[in-house]
Amino acid sequence: MSEITTDQVAHLANLARIALTPEEIDKLTGELSVIIDSIAKVSQVATADVPATSHPIPLTNVFRPDVIGDTLSQEEALSGAPEHDGSRFKVSAILGEEQ
Amino acid sequence: MAQPAELMDFDKAIELFEPVLGFEVHVELNTKTKMFSDAPNFFGGEPNTNVTPVDLGLPGSLPVVNEQAIKYSISLGLALGCEIRPSSRFARKNYFYPDLAKNYQISQYDEPIAFDGSVEVELADGRLFQIPIERAHMEEDAGKLTHVGGATGRIQGAEYSLVDYNRAGVPLVEIVTNIIYGAERDAPELAKAYVSTIRDIVRSLGISDAKMERGNLRCDANISLSPRGSGKLGTRTETKNVNSLRSVERAIRYEIQRQAAILAAGGTIIQETRHWHEDTGVTSAGRPKSDADDYRYFPEPDLLPVAPSLELIEELRAALPEAPAIRRRRLKEAWGFTDLEFQDVANSGLLVEIEETAAAGASAAQARKWWTGEIARLANAASVDASSLVSPADVAELIGLIESGELTDRLARQVLEGVVAGEGSPSAVVQSRGLAVVSDDGALIAAIDDALAAQPDVLDKIRDGKVQAAGAVIGAVMKAMKGTADAARVRELVLERAQQ
Repeated sequence: MSEITTDQVAHLANLARIALTPEEIDKLTGELSVIIDSIAKVSQVATADVPATSHPIPLTNVFRPDVIGDTLSQEEALSGAPEHDGSRFKVSAILGEEQ
Repeated sequence: MAQPAELMDFDKAIELFEPVLGFEVHVELNTKTKMFSDAPNFFGGEPNTNVTPVDLGLPGSLPVVNEQAIKYSISLGLALGCEIRPSSRFARKNYFYPDLAKNYQISQYDEPIAFDGSVEVELADGRLFQIPIERAHMEEDAGKLTHVGGATGRIQGAEYSLVDYNRAGVPLVEIVTNIIYGAERDAPELAKAYVSTIRDIVRSLGISDAKMERGNLRCDANISLSPRGSGKLGTRTETKNVNSLRSVERAIRYEIQRQAAILAAGGTIIQETRHWHEDTGVTSAGRPKSDADDYRYFPEPDLLPVAPSLELIEELRAALPEAPAIRRRRLKEAWGFTDLEFQDVANSGLLVEIEETAAAGASAAQARKWWTGEIARLANAASVDASSLVSPADVAELIGLIESGELTDRLARQVLEGVVAGEGSPSAVVQSRGLAVVSDDGALIAAIDDALAAQPDVLDKIRDGKVQAAGAVIGAVMKAMKGTADAARVRELVLERAQQ
């Protein structure tokens, strides 16, 4: 079994803004450990001559030319917003400084 | 609000502590479109109009990399003396803040496109300093938040925030230095010189507008103090919101004095983000570094690796503009400035402005005179950088008007004020304010007649050999014509009259 702790799960839940009960944290700690152990099996298969990859398709350099295309109208951009002031999205005040 | 902190005398602080620096400079690239979408790279204008589903993080939308942004990033990496990674990839930096709608920023983490560089920076007295560059990586800019409610429109006490995503997705390169030791008492000046050098590099590459006051170029300054002889690094703070070259210098100086006072009193420095306040010249505590800084980076699954060919890298390397040090030597020679004059220009951070003004047709000597003189004076008075006040093209036009005799220096200063106030180009200001030199003899003679009528003995004095008496008439004419008279011509006319 891998060493996933309840503290780590609580920390992750906090980072992801997911409210978990202590029971849920206990349950997820066990489940995450199983998941991590399963993924660790892949490392046993991967040998030194298999390069690490972040993508299943062996492609690189998929670019687009620097040419302006269509944009959304302001109305379209705001159409899915729960709240807006007519031109900007309105969000709850968030404490903490700008990133 | 920011309260002035206890400060230690700067010299005393440097005696007790060694300042250790580090900089993160963000450069907005001036591509036509955004980093991952084909929306116009244009911030400003009507909010939320330069956006696509990608910039809003709408479900099902997928980013595609802007090829020009890759080329610009490689060019910048090369200009910083960096290695270009044969294969680099993007990563998701996860955080919850509404300046990006996706809840993550696409950045680069373990595989930045450029790494291991060095930038030569020149101090005011000509000493050179090598700034080690750890990496330069690509990422996207975030949207603009406006906090509404609360006493001052600041985030504290705000009731809600309004978000404009026009800037979200604008291509950025973040340049990160290694830890910089040995700056000693030059630390504030070195900080300014470094940012100024980066600005000159990106401008000579033509890859960014690089205007600090507009946020095209932003500097986060890290600073810590190491007690002399301790051999240990102190706790660092990261100062943000430093929006001009002069504030970079002031902010570093302030942080050295503030941290030294705390350490000397037996206190500890809190590792935190601090905000620079240009108006009061102090920094204030922002967000403490904490668990929230756990960004859980992972490779961006929606994008493929960037693997520039050696041919492309060499092509871009061959197209690089000359290195800043070589450029300085060439300009000094071409302009024929003395060491002192050139040093003055280099220290003012106005090399590019003067170069561009000269390229627009003005003489380098006149360009230097105006940029380091009147324009610098106006900039100091307004606490902004001179480059933000007026464009090199406008200065060249102004100098042209002086050289063609349409403006005197005195009138030119008034025209400059008009240009700075946003009244248009120099010739437009001349028109709208009616400031052109009057060289029409008829108008001058009429004014001279009036002045002589009030001072009838002047002509006799001149005839008696007291030529300086003409000054009183010239003064009266200039006053009557609100400075638009050509003083030299008025003098000629008065002396002619005395001979009649």
